[in-house]
Amino acid sequence: MSGLDYTQEISVVEGQPSLREIEDLISKPLDSKPDKKYYIALAITMTMLGIGVIALGLSFYYGTGLWGNNNPVGWGFPIVNFVFWVGIGHAGTLISAILFLFRQKWRNGIARFAEGMTIFAVMTAGIFPLIHVGRPWLAGYLIPYPNQHSLWVNFTSPLLWDVFAVSTYLTVSFIFWYVGLIPDFATLRDRTTNKLKKIIYSTFSLGWRHSNRHWQHYEMVYLILAGFATPLVLSVHTIVSFDFAVSILPGWHTTIFPPYFVAGAVFSGFAMVQNVLIFIRKIFNYEHIITVDTLEKMNKIILLTGSMVGYAYAMEFFIAWYSGVQPEQFTFINRAFGPYTWAYWIMVSCNVIFPQLFWFKKIRTTIPVMFVIGVLVNVGMWFERFVITVTSLSRDYLPSSWAYYAPTLTDAGILIGSFGLFFTLLLLFTKTLPVVSIAEVKAVVKGSQPSHGDH
Amino acid sequence: MSDKVLFSYTGIFDKVDDIIHAAEKVADAGYTKYDVNTPYPVHGMDGAMKLKPSKLGYAALVFGLSGLLAALLTMYWMVVADYPIVIGGKPFFAFPAFVPIIFEVTVLAASIGTVMTMLFLFFKFPNNKHPLHDTDYMKHVSSDKYGISIQADDPAFNENEVKSFLESIGAQEITPIYFEENEYGYSAKIFEPKFIGFLIITAFLVSGATYFSLNKLMFMTPFNWMMEQGKAVPQEYNEIFANARSMQQPVKGTISRGNLPYEFKGKPEEAERVLLNPLQLNEKNLTMGKANFNIYCSPCHGYFGEGDSRMRGQFPNPPSLHSEKARNWSDGRIYHIISDGQNIMPSYSSQLTRQERWATVLYIRALQRSLNAKESDLK
Repeated sequence: MSGLDYTQEISVVEGQPSLREIEDLISKPLDSKPDKKYYIALAITMTMLGIGVIALGLSFYYGTGLWGNNNPVGWGFPIVNFVFWVGIGHAGTLISAILFLFRQKWRNGIARFAEGMTIFAVMTAGIFPLIHVGRPWLAGYLIPYPNQHSLWVNFTSPLLWDVFAVSTYLTVSFIFWYVGLIPDFATLRDRTTNKLKKIIYSTFSLGWRHSNRHWQHYEMVYLILAGFATPLVLSVHTIVSFDFAVSILPGWHTTIFPPYFVAGAVFSGFAMVQNVLIFIRKIFNYEHIITVDTLEKMNKIILLTGSMVGYAYAMEFFIAWYSGVQPEQFTFINRAFGPYTWAYWIMVSCNVIFPQLFWFKKIRTTIPVMFVIGVLVNVGMWFERFVITVTSLSRDYLPSSWAYYAPTLTDAGILIGSFGLFFTLLLLFTKTLPVVSIAEVKAVVKGSQPSHGDH
Repeated sequence: MSDKVLFSYTGIFDKVDDIIHAAEKVADAGYTKYDVNTPYPVHGMDGAMKLKPSKLGYAALVFGLSGLLAALLTMYWMVVADYPIVIGGKPFFAFPAFVPIIFEVTVLAASIGTVMTMLFLFFKFPNNKHPLHDTDYMKHVSSDKYGISIQADDPAFNENEVKSFLESIGAQEITPIYFEENEYGYSAKIFEPKFIGFLIITAFLVSGATYFSLNKLMFMTPFNWMMEQGKAVPQEYNEIFANARSMQQPVKGTISRGNLPYEFKGKPEEAERVLLNPLQLNEKNLTMGKANFNIYCSPCHGYFGEGDSRMRGQFPNPPSLHSEKARNWSDGRIYHIISDGQNIMPSYSSQLTRQERWATVLYIRALQRSLNAKESDLK
């Protein structure tokens, strides 16, 4: 058939750049002054962040009555946004940990960036449960510490599991990210001529010497961290889904939620990583490190997880019918054809229909098309959380308390602010740290590993 | 040269294949205190340098198990031993519900512990004073070259031999690395005035911030613990109403729902004459009457109305409900006693609705009939 030789692995990095070229290319954004475009981009994201800060300030001063949340929909935008942002984070850990365990070398070019996105997304997500309690300065009560009430937190509540899961996830992601950065800090330390930068890089490199006696332990620790991060990433969105699944509300109380949430999280996370990488590779000329081939592989994962999400939608309907539980059946028909029918069909078309275009190689490798599909996926995934959270609450067991939930301007401001925070952090990241792992990319360039292959 | 101490001899290699062979040769030559520096991990270097497998896995195991046990035991102590609360009818030790937190704490402890072990115990980091730092050698191996450094404290070290050995294995730029004066025998002093000053300033800042946030900030709007709310509180001065009270009296003649005042208060004879039992004698009403009799009447009157209850002796005994007098009372009179009380028996109008009172009367009639049946009942 085709003349492709599948026994030969295609080099992850295109061309055969020398190690020095890779290093220069990756550290160029750090060595040069930001240009006008960067400041324009930063101005936009900071404005968005400012809108969010104002909306939040008003919410704290006047109270959460400024939001659309009301009986019976107590979980409005804050929880929708929380689940959305935690989901975005999942792609980073999947790329850095699970693909590492599967020895997918193409991950090396994008792992650092995706990990950074994980941290920023989880930070953004973490804001929402805190503001949703209305008095975030009292969030200390979530921690089981010996207090004057002699009371402990409720360890059997999924909301408390969330506290542990999300904070563990943030910490472990940060450690993973930092461990990966240590050798790069050392490389930057040895190439910089700026005195202040030298002090900063030296401090963070901790005195790394590229010693092979160290590399040996370093690789082991990386393997162990990947081994821990893999079940961790699966557990985090599982626990987020428990927030819903452990309740008794029709449409929430289903056992399919954990795998369905995890697949959805990876789905939306990959779409976000793909979207941002398209800009990064263009702006910083990383086309040879983050190749179209890498993007195509990401699109394949988007296709796979998108199909899993589509299967979950169908299965929810099937189980609602098959279980014979009337409220369950009502909830799902209400989702598709009730007052939120618009949200449901946005979700289905963006998550199930459009990603199916990735079956065509032409679409998988055409950058503008894949960008648009990536954006649609994230729109769809946001609406998925909206549909799940709002439709079940707005029409529960008691028809007399049914109500239509509509967000307010403040809600919208906070959502815009969350995007502002995320992209501001990303922009700052691109100019302060190497967004591609220097050591890891060097290790997968053609000719960088011994040819006799005694490993 | 007298104040400089030799640390090592270094050589640079250009190709990755060369460094692997060179490392093998160095290991074979019997050197033990040497290092190979490469900008990225090179496959097969462990074997070439004859390094033992990393023992970090054990650290991960120990930290992970400690985290697991700590989470399990802490939660057990908190919710079973220290302050047990029944939540959702679950047992105090609800193990399945503990699993998520146990898992998270295990992962957290293992990840932090393993990384800390590697950085601080295995590598003795942070160490920016190592002699190899700020040398051309380090600049090379940090970027795109591969290097070998044979240390002077190796038992087999001999300056000239090492130099020629490095040449023989193909190394370039063979250079000696010296300790610099400030590096040799350097150790950070804890009691430096700068450090003490730093500690004092930190202590002031932390305690000041804590004091401010806990004692001042938390009492300002909007952090004020909901102490000031825009609502009227009873007993408070209120300028909206003419009488300046927050809590207003109900409109004259208002009665609360379901509490129609009893019109024969203190008029037992009238009640006996006028009141008629509106309830039908049927099983439903008798069951209701029996339930209420057993709850409210039986503590004193006894389950069968004989005045021989479990409270006997602790209060003046009530008379039997089977007396001639009681049997001859009309339903209205018994209803009156339940509603208004008699002697030391209080009114039960707040406990029993009117319907319940009449039902109780029906049941009392049934009890009376049971001990004093008429001839006709036997048929």
